[in-house]
Amino acid sequence: MNALVPLMYLVASVLFIVGLKVMSLPRTAVRGNLLGASGMILAILTTLFDRGVTGYVFIAMGLIAGTVIGTLMAKRVAMTSMPQMVGMLNGLGGGASVLVAFADLLNSTGHHLDTLIAIGLSGLIGAVTFWGSLVAYAKLEEWPQFKKPHSLPNQQLMNAGLVGLNCLFIAILAFSHNSTIQILCYLGIAISGSFLGVFLVNPIGGADMPVVISLMNSYSGIAGAATGFVIDNNALIIAGALVGASGIILTQIMCKAMNRSLSNVLFGVMAGGGTTGNVDEIYANVRSTSPDDIAMILDGAQRVVFVPGYGMAVAQAQHAVRELSKVLEARGAVVEYAIHPVAGRMPGHMNVLLAEADVSYDKLKEMDEINPTLDSVDVAIVIGANDVVNPSARTDPKSPIAGMPIIDVDKCRTVIVIKRSLSPGFAGIPNPLFAMPNTLMYYADGQQAVLDIVKAVKAL
Amino acid sequence: MKSLIAVMALSIATLFGLVCMRVQAAQSDANREVSVSPSDASGISNAEGIPGAPVHPQTSSGPNRGLVLVASLTVFALSVFVGFEIIAKVPPTLHTPLMSGSNAISGITVVGAIIAAGYKETGFGSFFGMIAIVLAMINVAGGFLVTNRMLLMFKKR
Repeated sequence: MNALVPLMYLVASVLFIVGLKVMSLPRTAVRGNLLGASGMILAILTTLFDRGVTGYVFIAMGLIAGTVIGTLMAKRVAMTSMPQMVGMLNGLGGGASVLVAFADLLNSTGHHLDTLIAIGLSGLIGAVTFWGSLVAYAKLEEWPQFKKPHSLPNQQLMNAGLVGLNCLFIAILAFSHNSTIQILCYLGIAISGSFLGVFLVNPIGGADMPVVISLMNSYSGIAGAATGFVIDNNALIIAGALVGASGIILTQIMCKAMNRSLSNVLFGVMAGGGTTGNVDEIYANVRSTSPDDIAMILDGAQRVVFVPGYGMAVAQAQHAVRELSKVLEARGAVVEYAIHPVAGRMPGHMNVLLAEADVSYDKLKEMDEINPTLDSVDVAIVIGANDVVNPSARTDPKSPIAGMPIIDVDKCRTVIVIKRSLSPGFAGIPNPLFAMPNTLMYYADGQQAVLDIVKAVKAL
Repeated sequence: MKSLIAVMALSIATLFGLVCMRVQAAQSDANREVSVSPSDASGISNAEGIPGAPVHPQTSSGPNRGLVLVASLTVFALSVFVGFEIIAKVPPTLHTPLMSGSNAISGITVVGAIIAAGYKETGFGSFFGMIAIVLAMINVAGGFLVTNRMLLMFKKR
């Protein structure tokens, strides 16, 4: 075998690793992505020049079709829909793994035992990733059938049964020497893996999608690595392992930000409200305000912090928020943004949404960074966020979100909450912050509210 | 938790490697015995519909195959650690582009898809390989381009 081919794959793998490394700084990140992309081009070209490959016309057609579709998706997607896009891409990667493993099973006979096991795993993980990601996509798109978490009776028992069934199929696949039985087993793996993927993700609520997307990212990598074992290719193994590891780290970060274990997110149903007392009682002393009053308060403010949530992006208010922060900065105030790790719908989503609105990334402060300094903040403006600023996470041990790290806006001198109504957030629980003596509610649509405040501040 | 996962993965991988090596060694022994009496072997394989000898024609005997597997597992284990080390240092600001970028990298399955589609005998295998090329290539092109689009927004500053 020509040593040049594996050598080129090694170079591609190194480009992936260096690319990810360079991507860890905002300044150099674009270059990192390009390094990764050039690694991919090198890997594809190497494969095409490999002497074992024939049928270039069809391959070229496939490559072009995929590139065109992918390019259109990348150009058209709105930044608010980034989680859906990444979810969909994860799923497609998983689907490709299922097909490649199947093709390898069909193409050659007399596989080794470890190759057969890898084929089985590749099919299983790929199918779980594909269908799990599609369900996550449907949930993020808020398709009515998928919006609420669905759980079948004995869901976990059924999932365990499916895992057992898959193990059985993989065992038969691995130890059978009859190609018909092997193919049937593989189809069994792909089908039961598909059910497993749907059953795993369907019971998970929309608020937990950041965890699901991260986990599916990890699975797509592991599926790729398994495919690498099928075709004995180190580039696939290395790239798959890298992505698998990165997905696990992001999953862990997301779970920590919600103070829940991974198994709790995957198998536990989040308890509804009701434990925190009467809603009317809690909201008895809520005070509302107007744009002119807010402008007066902002007039004397030295330090202003915005706390954006996904609601801000839904209201398309991020550009208005930046406009307001520019006006305030022109008046001499220091403006910052406090970003909760699960503020968006995937890790880092809020940062992207604000970057799109031209907010400089050095003004975006992480929760742990800004929390100790919040008592010196004059005005905190909470827009489209609810659960991540709910102080009962800190004070009420019986609350469903007890122990979840939150942004302690209640420590700021004045808190302005822009919200349509007092309706609860994802967790479905009342927020005592709204009734605190230093909190003012401004009931309005996010974008219009901020534009009105901008007008009022300018009129001062 | 990270190290726990790593240790668990490593031990599972080691176990998997050991089992495969043992079974394959046993199989290759069996094959050697069978090949002593070729007429018997062919008789059995015809009766049960086994396509020829159960060993990959182009590869060598069991123990060697085991070494190949262990080498692959080594690469896998070390790459997982490299992944943990690199990704843990990425700031939260870049988590979304990191995810879409790494997602694009996982589209490396396109290599396997090309090999499957370009297999010398055209059939269902190459057909599925073809579809896999399209899926993986959407993943690759879409992933890298959308990452680039996002990162350019960060670079503007």
